[in-house]
Amino acid sequence: MSVLSNQGLLIDYEYCTGCFACQIACAQEYGWEAGMSGIDVMEIVQDLPKGKAYLSFLPFPTELCSLCSRRTKKGKKPACVHHCMANVITHGRVEELAHRLADKPRMVLWSPK
Amino acid sequence: MKNKQIIKTTSWSAGPGCHGGCGVLAHIEDGRFVKIEGDPDHPWNQGRLCARALAMTQYVYHEDRLTRPLKRVGKRGEAHFEEITWEEAFDTIEARMNEIKAESGPESMIFSMGTGRDIGPWICMLAYAFGSPNVMFALSGNACYSPRIAALDTIQGDFCVFDAGQWLEGRYDHPEYQVPECMIIWGYNISATCPDNLFGHWIIDLMKKGTKIICVDPRLSFFASRSKHWLQIRPGTDAALAMGMLYVIINEGLYDHDFLETYTDAPRLVRKDTGQLLRHSDVDPVGNPENFVVIDRQTEKTAIWDTGDQEFFPAATIPALSGNFNIELLDGSCVECITAWDAFLESVAPYTPEAVEKITMIPAREMALAARLYASSKPAAIHWGVPIDMTPEITPLCHAIAALWALTGNLDVPGGNVFTRPAFNAVAYALPGAEGVIKLKNQDQDKPRIGREEYGPFDHFIWRCQTDKVLDQIFSEDPYPVKGLWMQTCNPLSGIGLDPELWQKALEKLDFIVGVDLFMTPSLRYADIILPAATFLEKEGVRSWWVPLQSINETCRVDQCRSDLEINFELARRFDPDLKWETIHGLFDDIVRPSGMSFKELQARGWALPPENHPSRPYRRHEKGLLRQDGKPGFATPSGKFELYSTLRENWGLPALPYHKEPPFTPVSRPDLAKDYPLILSTGRRSPAFFHSEHRNIPWLRQLDPDPVVEIHPETAARHGIGSGEWVVVENWMGHARFKAKVTKIVPPWMVMAAHGWWFPEKKDDPLFDTFSSNINVLIPMNEQGDDGLGAPIKHLMCRIRKETQKGEQ
Repeated sequence: MSVLSNQGLLIDYEYCTGCFACQIACAQEYGWEAGMSGIDVMEIVQDLPKGKAYLSFLPFPTELCSLCSRRTKKGKKPACVHHCMANVITHGRVEELAHRLADKPRMVLWSPK
Repeated sequence: MKNKQIIKTTSWSAGPGCHGGCGVLAHIEDGRFVKIEGDPDHPWNQGRLCARALAMTQYVYHEDRLTRPLKRVGKRGEAHFEEITWEEAFDTIEARMNEIKAESGPESMIFSMGTGRDIGPWICMLAYAFGSPNVMFALSGNACYSPRIAALDTIQGDFCVFDAGQWLEGRYDHPEYQVPECMIIWGYNISATCPDNLFGHWIIDLMKKGTKIICVDPRLSFFASRSKHWLQIRPGTDAALAMGMLYVIINEGLYDHDFLETYTDAPRLVRKDTGQLLRHSDVDPVGNPENFVVIDRQTEKTAIWDTGDQEFFPAATIPALSGNFNIELLDGSCVECITAWDAFLESVAPYTPEAVEKITMIPAREMALAARLYASSKPAAIHWGVPIDMTPEITPLCHAIAALWALTGNLDVPGGNVFTRPAFNAVAYALPGAEGVIKLKNQDQDKPRIGREEYGPFDHFIWRCQTDKVLDQIFSEDPYPVKGLWMQTCNPLSGIGLDPELWQKALEKLDFIVGVDLFMTPSLRYADIILPAATFLEKEGVRSWWVPLQSINETCRVDQCRSDLEINFELARRFDPDLKWETIHGLFDDIVRPSGMSFKELQARGWALPPENHPSRPYRRHEKGLLRQDGKPGFATPSGKFELYSTLRENWGLPALPYHKEPPFTPVSRPDLAKDYPLILSTGRRSPAFFHSEHRNIPWLRQLDPDPVVEIHPETAARHGIGSGEWVVVENWMGHARFKAKVTKIVPPWMVMAAHGWWFPEKKDDPLFDTFSSNINVLIPMNEQGDDGLGAPIKHLMCRIRKETQKGEQ
């Protein structure tokens, strides 16, 4: 099976506020102990010219991400997608999600599994 | 085969800790709560749910949950307790509190709560049934939310919030709704914790729909990074910024002339000799002092604004908005008067963009651009956070900001700042200005309320005691002694108490303390009796904090824990055999009655929005006559107008126009202290992992934010030889506390931001869970409230920092 037919997560990191809902939603779904999750939120402070900076957050699917196949088989969204407070995570086929990358900047497509 | 159920309910209070509102699905297996999910069908959160709510399984069944009533067996603060039955706990409390009542009067019991929980009405019910008016929100200057509400009640008669379509079926898609073109986010990282009865991420929804952001914040927040204009303000100078924006908007003619003429008090006259309103009684021996004088621009003669009839006399009056007038008084003397609009303009005049830059450190050009963007966007909204309350001159600051949304015509319009009342006017939570079904038996009972006589807002809107005065009175016993404390989900030693060592002395001095909470806390260790409370999943309730009207439904039970209401109801009935309600459902029915539903009917629906043309539903209610009790157009203020010049402030002997005054401890007001303490100390940045002093014991959440952190700019850190992750001492003349350095450009070089609410639940052997070692409130004084008893300098203190040379060294 090609990577393109795999499932993925499209993340609109422009609007990620760093609320960690995805991370804890995953921890609850799979009972991970504290410190483990299928998705980790990273805080990135970028240096800009003239001493300025820019704050971003980026949810990163870890080795533990299973794309919630157990949930998606039942027609439910992955736990992180369902609960994301900013609605920035979209689950779907990588090929379809890749097309959406053209719709707006500041997005990233993960193919974790 | 397991019995599996999914029960819908509403989050509020114990659990996520926030001010609630999210619809959730509780998964229950054989009576045990196993999982929580956001309810996709709920209009508030639409399936979304925060980290704190999603961690509820670790909270509900935490091994440290208090599950049985306890009584103290050792000395105060030694932390020796023993389990007792509920019956013994209630009997002891009843007997001890009745002793206090007999010896010192019911007012010598204080009933204290923390942030806005589902305990507000119930703690009032208990206090009032006992006979005490002294319900306390334990923060200095009551500096959270109620000052903002009281300030807006003073100026415009009702509170307002940004409009994200929360009153409308279909929300953003409702045909009446308009997305704001621009929003000012003023001192608010709202998406981290959802305070003030709003869902923080609604603003992100709006940003995706095109709302441009102006961000007022000294820190580089999510919003600051994504804003069109980031106004990086020096903390404590917000009123100067608001006045500067008014200066630009007024001088460039960007304000709404129709609103000014029709809906503000602009034309009423202000005397130049006293600086006070010219009242009808000043010019007419039978004139009513509650009526005001204007000049009819057609006849150039005086006319009267009759506040009772909400009409001019003569009726054909077209009042002058501007001008100098000589008016003859009763004694035949003349006094020079100007209009309230001119007086307002005079108060704004000093705040040129250049002058404001000097005060706020915001570049004049950037401020002016932001003011123009805001004023030219239709609609536009402003939403503000608790930093507005956390400064002593909170009311003049709110006055200036309110003038921004009023003069730009954004009040109660779709996508603007919209008046907000409890849905259906069903009041469960006794907020300032609102009167619920839970009341004192008579006005006499209210007389001894601490701070009521001294501070106008406490006599008019805020049905609490003034916290700084309570703490004083615990020590002074003047005018009467304070003997006992009912402390319900409130932790003054770790979170809500400024100068916590003073609170510790106060707890030591009291004769009797009851603590109601979910976990043992540092403050609870001073209690004589401890009662275990329930999370929101373990109780029934009503939430009408703005919209929608919602029921909270029981999904499970944990050991012997009881809801705050069940606890208070039992005792209220013991103290007041004539208590109006025989059952809790009877009380709920009474609260939701204005909706036309019974509590059971509300439970069946889950939530309900007020119907069109109801006073608790927008829009343009000041035009439709839905705000005032007399049904006339206008606002619920003494004049019936949006008051540029505040009648109530004048009545209270306070300045009636907005202004900026430098707060008590800044490099500007105290250059003497700045030599030793050159950095601005700001506190209380929000963490999505915690609500104030809670959640340090929830493993999933603690891991997100494991240590008390102070944010330090790289230049400042380098100057002090501090690296990221190193422990530092933050200190000033009040005391010191240790924090882990987070070296980051999120903060400016001249300010550090220290996290608040820290204690260490894992340090069980320490009698106070080591709560003073990293408690930033140790550096913040009590008793710095403003002239109206409101506000506290929590966002703008002064400090210095140094690297900690050995572990625990201070």
